[in-house]
Amino acid sequence: MKFSEAWLREWVNPEISSEELQHQITMAGLEVDDVEAVAGEFTKVLVGEVVECGQHPDADKLQVTKINIGEDELIDIVCGAKNCRLGLKVAVAVVGAVLPGDFKIKKAKLRGQPSFGMLCSESELGMADSAEGIIELPLDAPIGQCVREYLNLDDVTIDVDLTANRADCLGIAGLAREVGVLNAISATAPTWENVAVSIDDTVAINLQAVEACPRYLGRVIKGINQDVATPLWMVEKLRRCGVRSVDAVVDITQYVLLEFGHPMHAFDLTKLEGGIEVRLAEQDEKLTLLDGKEVKLNADTLVIADQSKALAMAGIFGGQDSGVQAETTDIFLESAFFAPLAIAGRARSYGLHTDASHRYERGVDPVLQAKAMERATQLLVEICGGQVGPITEAVNEATLPTQATITLTRKKLDRLIGHVVEDARVTEILTQLGCEVTFADNAWTAVAPTYRFDMEIEEDLIEEVARVYGYNNIPNIAPQAALTMPVHSEASLKLSKIRDMLVSREFNEAITYSFVDPDKQLKLHPEADALILPHPISKDMSAMRVSLWTGLLESVSKNQKRQQPRVRLFETGLRFIKDENAENGINQQAMLSGVIIGSLTEQHWDIEQRNVDFFDLKADLESVLDLCVDGGSFEFKAETHSALHPGQSAGIYRNGKNIGYIGALHPSHVKPFAVKGTPIVFEVQLEAITTRQLPSAGDISKFPANHRDLAFVVDKKISAGKVLKFIENIGGTQLVGLNLFDVYEGQGVIDGNKSLAIGLILQDTTRTLEEQEIADSVNAIVEAVSKEFNASLRE
Amino acid sequence: MQHLDEIVANAQQQIENAVDGNELEEIRLQYLGKKGLMTEQMKGLGKLPPAEKPAAGQMINKAKQAIQAVLVARKQAFETEALNAKLAEETIDVTLPGRGAAIGNIHPVTRTTERIVEFFSELGFEVKDGPEVEDGYHNFDALNIPPHHPARADHDTFYFNPDLVLRTQTSGVQIRTMENQEPPVRIISPGRVYRNDYDQTHTPMFHQVEGLMIAENVSFAQLKGILNDFLHNFFEEDLEIRFRPSYFPFTEPSAEVDVKGKNGWLEVLGCGMVHPTVLKSMGVDPEKYSGFAFGMGIERLTMLRYGVNDLRSFFENDLRFLKQFK
Repeated sequence: MKFSEAWLREWVNPEISSEELQHQITMAGLEVDDVEAVAGEFTKVLVGEVVECGQHPDADKLQVTKINIGEDELIDIVCGAKNCRLGLKVAVAVVGAVLPGDFKIKKAKLRGQPSFGMLCSESELGMADSAEGIIELPLDAPIGQCVREYLNLDDVTIDVDLTANRADCLGIAGLAREVGVLNAISATAPTWENVAVSIDDTVAINLQAVEACPRYLGRVIKGINQDVATPLWMVEKLRRCGVRSVDAVVDITQYVLLEFGHPMHAFDLTKLEGGIEVRLAEQDEKLTLLDGKEVKLNADTLVIADQSKALAMAGIFGGQDSGVQAETTDIFLESAFFAPLAIAGRARSYGLHTDASHRYERGVDPVLQAKAMERATQLLVEICGGQVGPITEAVNEATLPTQATITLTRKKLDRLIGHVVEDARVTEILTQLGCEVTFADNAWTAVAPTYRFDMEIEEDLIEEVARVYGYNNIPNIAPQAALTMPVHSEASLKLSKIRDMLVSREFNEAITYSFVDPDKQLKLHPEADALILPHPISKDMSAMRVSLWTGLLESVSKNQKRQQPRVRLFETGLRFIKDENAENGINQQAMLSGVIIGSLTEQHWDIEQRNVDFFDLKADLESVLDLCVDGGSFEFKAETHSALHPGQSAGIYRNGKNIGYIGALHPSHVKPFAVKGTPIVFEVQLEAITTRQLPSAGDISKFPANHRDLAFVVDKKISAGKVLKFIENIGGTQLVGLNLFDVYEGQGVIDGNKSLAIGLILQDTTRTLEEQEIADSVNAIVEAVSKEFNASLRE
Repeated sequence: MQHLDEIVANAQQQIENAVDGNELEEIRLQYLGKKGLMTEQMKGLGKLPPAEKPAAGQMINKAKQAIQAVLVARKQAFETEALNAKLAEETIDVTLPGRGAAIGNIHPVTRTTERIVEFFSELGFEVKDGPEVEDGYHNFDALNIPPHHPARADHDTFYFNPDLVLRTQTSGVQIRTMENQEPPVRIISPGRVYRNDYDQTHTPMFHQVEGLMIAENVSFAQLKGILNDFLHNFFEEDLEIRFRPSYFPFTEPSAEVDVKGKNGWLEVLGCGMVHPTVLKSMGVDPEKYSGFAFGMGIERLTMLRYGVNDLRSFFENDLRFLKQFK
């Protein structure tokens, strides 16, 4: 809400500076977002009167004027504004004046005519971004007065970011009330004399939706003159509250809205067919709004209707057909209370947000309607004239909001604040806020004011007491709690350990969006039925990820485009898989994912450069899996995946259960992801690798270890892992070490076969092994392997 | 037969002139070998009368020892020289970089999260997480944000359907935790949250850490105390901090906390006493227990702490950006 400080000070004028005022309301919860001067810096601009005005002899678009600024001599000024005319009161920048932008006014000659100053427009005085012509001051503006003073331009527009609970401050009246509380002074409302009723005309009001609209006031005003301009004082106040002047009738309703926070609406009386009905819309009932758009109404929307049709969306937006037009002379003025619950969310459901809906959905004072009606009437008659009919009020007392009676106990107040605010101060704060307060037995009973929709329960009052008392007057105290030691499980592997491992292996952690480009994701995961955001930021951020690969590959591509050819990234986060058995139908599973591409190491003076491959990433992943100290439970099985190269991909298993995949990106995906080279990727379920085995110490053998090397020739298709696992299983307790140290194909090995060179370490914990024993063990292994894999020893 | 002194002098001279170990060995043989000059001298002793033998023998031995000493000294000199030459040859440029020293780094958002979590873990706050696709109950209703509440509109929520959203805050985790736990409770929940907004100061996804403490007699003054300590720890500066009244549907009283920066006050977190309606949806009796909750944007704190200017850079994963946070 933007407001003019000067307008506020007409209501309540504490002896504090503007900055102090801004600080004060900010610290009371009305956060000041922005402060702007209502006019630029300027000097020597005076009220003048155009006493002569004639065509410039040598320029079509210029006029030669003489201006009276109350001095002995008239001033010659050449003016180019179309609206410059005889008798006009103007803002005159005299010679020596300095206008915004350090624009100095000097004596000049324009096309041969002397000019000793300038007639100013609003934009030239920093009061508007642009202006049609020069400022037209009221005819009674005192000649010679400083315009700054006359228009009270030493004022600022303060923009407060009001929270949803403070609807009461959506008007000068409420802001003034609040400032009054903070300074312990009272606010004074402007006074006016209600206009006397001069005609009998009324419109019948039929309140049907009494829950949604408990009170509706209407009044007929006839014979208004819309040719009059809105007076400058009102235009200025509206402007300083961020509202543009439209025409007198609209301006007046806006003025009352700003002054009291009460929305008003004016109908063209001649467009009404029969009486007013306040009812819910028929489903799909049509209404053309003031902005010309036709909407189909929902049955939950309150409308103001006549006997034949909906006229306006109640409390939200007027209708075009029943709106006041330039030629309208007779109007029906509405001042109503609509229940917040009847308005909340409705405007939004039509894509609308209006000053009225903003206020009604937060709560408009339910006793203010008559006052707002009288104020609008008075202003209307003052400015546009007209004859005024009696106010018709339709009211359903039963559905009007009741004022909450709230008990605040000393005990709870102290418990929640943690600091004692004295009795008298509590009473004072609540009273100043407008509550009717009684105090007895260490408890306050407060009747909330009608304008405070946010005062219902004890905590609401505690907040008010704390707020006005000042949060920063409450001490800082350390919380107290029992020193209960939480449960710690050594077997649970902390995510930070996994991160640290990858970081030590030169990975950078990435964070990518949880929503990705559905097309790209489908390329990697054609089988995936991703959860789609109906209203995404953009289409390429619309599909919830089913793996972290899409985001990581995009990051690779982006980095490569920025001359970062070598990328090593990992990410942890949720993937989202539709699953009927999961809560809300989505399995949200934490994953660890990584990608590497480019050379294995940075260019180095002594390390040969080569590009990364499957086994580099496998080692990185193995180092992470090793943290689980459960090597035997993990297995890599050759397995295809739509995203991966069919010959260079593996399923990752723990205790026989698939927990992820690793592999080189399928060559056909390289282009769509715009990556250079072949990225190697992995992804594992985080949950599957966050438990680790606890160490269990055994005896260290004191006897010699015996190394024997074997080279088996096997079919190329047989995986080394199978052979190793087999040897491990049959090796017995004396086989303490097993290491594949060479894989060879080529000369000396039959085509289609490969040689696996395996080192064995045999050792006993109780004795030195005899040569024959060792030979027997090795032979047993050779025989078993030969039989199982149709292998032979390499000669 | 030469005079002993002369022999020794000659030997010394020869040793002095020797150029390497081989020559030295030849000299040794020449004087001290089986057929060497000194051996011959010893043999000559037999010809002397017995009374002169001991004295003469002593002199020969002395002379032998003198030659031996010079030989050893010279040999050591040669060895030292050889070692020095070898060392000189083996000298490397120690300023060349080591092999494979490079390391990566965690994301700055993780870095900040870990710091914050550590501060609160030490005070017994347990880390909890929860789903990011959340139902309306846990994201709104249980937090005292009924349908049509203006706060729902303020949230720019990503909806899948009217009852399924991307969570706009991690507060749902608090509700979920309390479904299975009784007070006293202290939890902290970091995580991703989502708002449908994208410009220089908003990304559709960002991170929050929320804390919750529920026990008997938890107060606003305590909330102020813990956050005051936290902010001083986080920024490691003697900061000016202020608590400014605000409004959140799930807390009352509510506050926003500002710290004073070079260009004025900066909002860094929101907090308040848990609203009784929320306590009730957690199954907690508001007459017996009270609680405070606080929430903060991790990116915002990271930006302030490390001077990051563009929020969007957190999710671009540009290595040049990431590598600054080693």
